[in-house]
Amino acid sequence: MANQYEFKGKFLPYLLVLPQMVIVFVFFFWPSAQALWQSFFLQDPFGGRVIFVGLQNYTRLFTEPSYSYGESFRVSVAFAVCVALLAMVTALFLATQANKKLRLGTFYKTMLIWPYAVATMVAGVLWLFMFNPNVGVIAWFLKHRLGVDWQHLLNSGQAFLLITLAAAWKQISYNFVFFLAGLQSVPNDLIEAAAIDGAGPTRRFWTIIFPLLSPTTFYLLVMNLVYGFFETFPIIHQVTAGGPGKATSILVYKVWRDGVINLDLGGSSAQSVILMIMVILLTVFQFRFIERRVNY
Amino acid sequence: MTEHSRLRRFVPNIWLWLAIVVIAFPIYLVFNASTHTSAEILAAPMPLTPGPHFLKNYGEAILEGSKNLGASALTMLKNSLIMALGISIGKIVVSLLAAFAIVFFDFKLRSFCFWSIFVTLMLPVEVRIMPTYKVISDLGLLNTYAGLILPMVVSATAVFLFRQYFKSIPKEMAEASQIDGASPMQFFWHVLLPMTRTPIAAMFVIQFIYGWNQYLWPLLITTKTEYYTVLIGINRMLSGADVQIEWQIVMATTLLALIPPALVVIVMQKQFISGMTDREK
Repeated sequence: MANQYEFKGKFLPYLLVLPQMVIVFVFFFWPSAQALWQSFFLQDPFGGRVIFVGLQNYTRLFTEPSYSYGESFRVSVAFAVCVALLAMVTALFLATQANKKLRLGTFYKTMLIWPYAVATMVAGVLWLFMFNPNVGVIAWFLKHRLGVDWQHLLNSGQAFLLITLAAAWKQISYNFVFFLAGLQSVPNDLIEAAAIDGAGPTRRFWTIIFPLLSPTTFYLLVMNLVYGFFETFPIIHQVTAGGPGKATSILVYKVWRDGVINLDLGGSSAQSVILMIMVILLTVFQFRFIERRVNY
Repeated sequence: MTEHSRLRRFVPNIWLWLAIVVIAFPIYLVFNASTHTSAEILAAPMPLTPGPHFLKNYGEAILEGSKNLGASALTMLKNSLIMALGISIGKIVVSLLAAFAIVFFDFKLRSFCFWSIFVTLMLPVEVRIMPTYKVISDLGLLNTYAGLILPMVVSATAVFLFRQYFKSIPKEMAEASQIDGASPMQFFWHVLLPMTRTPIAAMFVIQFIYGWNQYLWPLLITTKTEYYTVLIGINRMLSGADVQIEWQIVMATTLLALIPPALVVIVMQKQFISGMTDREK
C-alpha cells in the first residue's frame, strides 16, 4: 500500500466505506456479540425471565445426554471428511483426464464445470428423488434388482451415505476447476524431461505433478471441510431432517434446530460460539499457510 | 505428447463420458419426471423416457404452482432473481467503494476498516442464526426484499479482489487525473471503473450464483408465500406425505430453478473460472 498514490480528502474516504461498515456492524458484529452474550444466559422463549447461568449452557452441551452434542460433533467430522475425500479424489482424477490433449476438451470442461451452479439444496432434492423409497428410480432398482431395501429415513447408515453422495456430487465441479487450473500451471518441459528419463505416467504423477499441486490440494481440503461443516445445511434439512433419530444431525443443523424449532436460545447461542471458534481456527490456519507459501 | 498408443489416448474419453453421465443423470431424471403425470411417477418405477405432458406441467408450475403451496413458480423465480441481483450488485457496489477508499486514501481508520471486513469471513450466517434473525425482526425487515438482501451484501472476497486489482494500477494514473483537475470521484467513475470491468464481471458471476442459491437465510425470514424464493418453495412443496406431493410440478420447478445460474456459468465460463481461481491469491 505504501507506494500507492493517495488522494486528499477528510470525509470522502469515510463516506465511501460507510455502507460496508454499517452492514458489517449491524449484521455481523452485533449479532455475533449477541450470540456470545446470550450464551451465558438461560432465557424463557416467550420473552419472560432471563437468568445468568455462566458457562452452564456450554457444560450442558457436553454433559446432558439428551443434547448428544458429542455425537453430533462426531457425525459432522465423519461427514465433512468423507465428503472432502470423495469430492477431491474424484475431481483430481477427472482433472488429470481432462488435462490431456483431447478433441472434445472444451466440451468436457464445460460439462464438468456447470454443476457448480446447482444449489446445495437442489443437489439434495436430486438425490432425494432418486432414492425416495416410494418413487425413486434407484431405490426401486436396489429393491427389485439387487434386493436392497432402501429406507434412508429408517436406516442411519443409508441416511449418512445418501447425504455424503449428494454433498460430494455437488462439490466435484468446484474442486475440478481448481485442480485443472493447478494442473495447467505445471510446466510441460518438466514432465517431458521426466518422460525422457524413463518415468511412466503413474510415477510422473506421484513424484512431480502431485507435489506441485500440494498448495491447491491443501487449499481445497480446507474449503471442502468448511463446505462439509457449514454449507451442507440445505442437504440435511431437505433429505434427512437430521434423522433417523439424530444420526445425521450435524452441528449447523443442530444450531438451527435447537434455536428455531426448540427455542432454546442459550443452548443455540453456546453452539454458535463454538462454531465461530471453529471457523476462526480454520481461517487463521489457512491464511497462515497461504502467507508462508507466498514468501517462498 | 509422451505416449502415442491409440488406446492410451482413448481411455480419458471413457472416464470423462462416465463422469458426465453420472453428473447429468439426476438432472435427466428431474427433466423426465417433469414430463409425466403424478400417477405415472407414483406407480414406481416411472418410465425412463420423456412423456407427453411437458407443456401442461410447466404451464401449471409457472402459472399456478403446486396446490399445497399457493405460490406460482413465476412469483418465486421473480423473488429469487430480485434476491440474486440485489445481493450480487449490492456486494459489488459496496465492495468497490470500500476498496477504492482503502487503496487510494490515507485515513485514520483505514486498517481498522480493512480488518473489520476481513473478520466477516469468519462469521458465516450459519453460526449466528438466532441473533441475526432477531436484528432483522427488530428492524421490521421480516418478509421484505431488504431483509433478504442486506445482511448478505458484505463480501470480504470481493473487497480483497478489488483491492488487489486497484493496487496493481500504476500510481501515475491517479496523479495525472488529479493534475488534470479531476476530483477523486471523477477518477473513480471515468478511469477506475472502466479499467475494472473484467474483475467486476468475474465477481458478478460468482455472487449471482451465491445469491440465487441462498437457502438458510430465506428459510428463516420468509413466512409469507409471496416472498418465497424458488428454493424455499420447492422445500415447502416436498414437505407433505409422498402421495400428496405433485412430483411433476416439483420437478418442473426444480429444473426452472436450475436454469438461470447454470446459464450464467455456461455463458460466462471464462470470467467464472478466473473469478474463482484468482480468489486464492
